[in-house]
Amino acid sequence: MTTFFFFILVLLTVLIGAYLYRVLQGPTIFDRVLGLNGISTKAIILLVVIGVYFERVDMFIDISTGYALLNLVGALAVAKYLEQKGLP
Amino acid sequence: MIFSLQIPLLLLLLVTAAGAIMVKDLMSAVLLLGTYSFFLSVVWGWLGAVDVAFVEAVVGAGLATVLFLLTLFGTAPKDTRFRRPPPSLAVLIVFPLLGLLLLYAAKDLPEFGDPNSPASVHISPIYLEQSYQETHTPNVVTSVLMDYRSLDTMVETVVIFSAGIACALLLRRHSK
Repeated sequence: MTTFFFFILVLLTVLIGAYLYRVLQGPTIFDRVLGLNGISTKAIILLVVIGVYFERVDMFIDISTGYALLNLVGALAVAKYLEQKGLP
Repeated sequence: MIFSLQIPLLLLLLVTAAGAIMVKDLMSAVLLLGTYSFFLSVVWGWLGAVDVAFVEAVVGAGLATVLFLLTLFGTAPKDTRFRRPPPSLAVLIVFPLLGLLLLYAAKDLPEFGDPNSPASVHISPIYLEQSYQETHTPNVVTSVLMDYRSLDTMVETVVIFSAGIACALLLRRHSK
């Protein structure tokens, strides 16, 4: 079973690479913001799967919840910034 | 098994760090630094340092991004693109040499999780064995932070509190 979870971990890490391409290459700022959002959702899942892999889900659930909340705050801050400053 | 996932994670870290340096737009650099903190937090989690991962996620990915954005909001002009001068020859020579020196020094470090490393034979067993009898706190990290090093933690909190007050004073909106 640990092998199964390990392959899930590797697969998620590879998937993050696809989002990372959009963040690095993105022509507009919105591509980057959306890529960052996608990366953070993948990171939340990645942390939970790491918790299952180490059989310490209770600790890792806390981190991933904190992640999810702060990701919302960060996305709101970016949206507020772009609204006030206008489009780049 | 531990190291085979660590290599792709560290590669992602390197790519985001390089991207944050190379990108031509301050806003994108801020977003890339947020991504960097995400990956760093996952690396900490993968190494088992859950509390460090939590702090990195909260402070690095959450607070630092918002603070950078607030600073950009208060200072930058509308167009945040900028031209970067090419790095000088000395930088191109000295920094790879520094990296090689650090890699060479890292070869002497003990293996990850080595039970005979100096860090895990010197004083950690005493904390692990006696901290519950001495402090009656089930979590060892909490007992070290809040009991053995309580004065240190208190003054640290004072420093962070005054830094927070300074940031709040600098970043407040001026009332018209």
